[in-house]
Amino acid sequence: MTPLVAYLLLSAILFAIGLAGALTRRNAILVLVGIELMLNAANLNFIAFWRFGPNPQALTGVLFVLFSIAVAAAEAAVGLALIIAIYRQYRTTHVDQINGMKG
Amino acid sequence: MTAPFAILAVLTIAGAVAAMGLRHLVHCALALVVALASLAAVYLQLDAQFVGFAQILVYVGAVAILIVFAILLTRSGEAGTQPIASPSWAAGIGVATVVFAVITGCVLASGFTQRESPAAPDVATRLIGEALMTQFVLPLEVVGLLLTVALIGGVIIAMRERKSEVTAALGEAGSIGKRQSANGNLP
Repeated sequence: MTPLVAYLLLSAILFAIGLAGALTRRNAILVLVGIELMLNAANLNFIAFWRFGPNPQALTGVLFVLFSIAVAAAEAAVGLALIIAIYRQYRTTHVDQINGMKG
Repeated sequence: MTAPFAILAVLTIAGAVAAMGLRHLVHCALALVVALASLAAVYLQLDAQFVGFAQILVYVGAVAILIVFAILLTRSGEAGTQPIASPSWAAGIGVATVVFAVITGCVLASGFTQRESPAAPDVATRLIGEALMTQFVLPLEVVGLLLTVALIGGVIIAMRERKSEVTAALGEAGSIGKRQSANGNLP
């Protein structure tokens, strides 16, 4: 059986990759993809702690992840709709060119 | 560490790196599908079958398709010659590295390395359904409301605005028939 620390390290790597992508990519769609990767890393942590916790019969970890997936789906839908609306306005999805409110 | 977990971890990390690093956006979306599907397999390995299949349904099935649609609608599918990273990419990589170092240090410093895995829990889908209908019924309703609001909000945000038609509809609500006949005269 794989130890808990392996899952936690996989989750940390996934979070770091998502954070790096969200901070460095110019395309807004890939920034959203990076945020999705970070959410998935958090979900993996929930599941790992639930599985290795003292009371896995309580199902709280599983249900938290289910609600988290639902919220992430809503976030992706609204975020991509915002990106499409921004593209219609500015004709670009590059976040460094969307600087209309920059002082 | 077992061999299946090692394979799945390598697949997940490779998919995530490719999704964040490739130039062509459609390739990024496909790499994201690989990463999310292998993460679903990791959930299956952790005895969370329902979450694994929900992950495949929601992420691989819906979110990936949504991202591909967004890529095609914003015409950013073709790889340009512009740089893919923002000018301040070094700072972003630095922040991510620091965060990774802090998390890894905390994990290794905690007592989790000695944690033994308990026996596999008996998680039937029936139990999840019962918990959703009894103990977690209020969060379930709130999530349903949230998804409805997000659906309506997403449609309204992405809807193409035609200012002239909106003002015309507001101003001449009573003379719709006239407008229709005027539209009928158009070639």
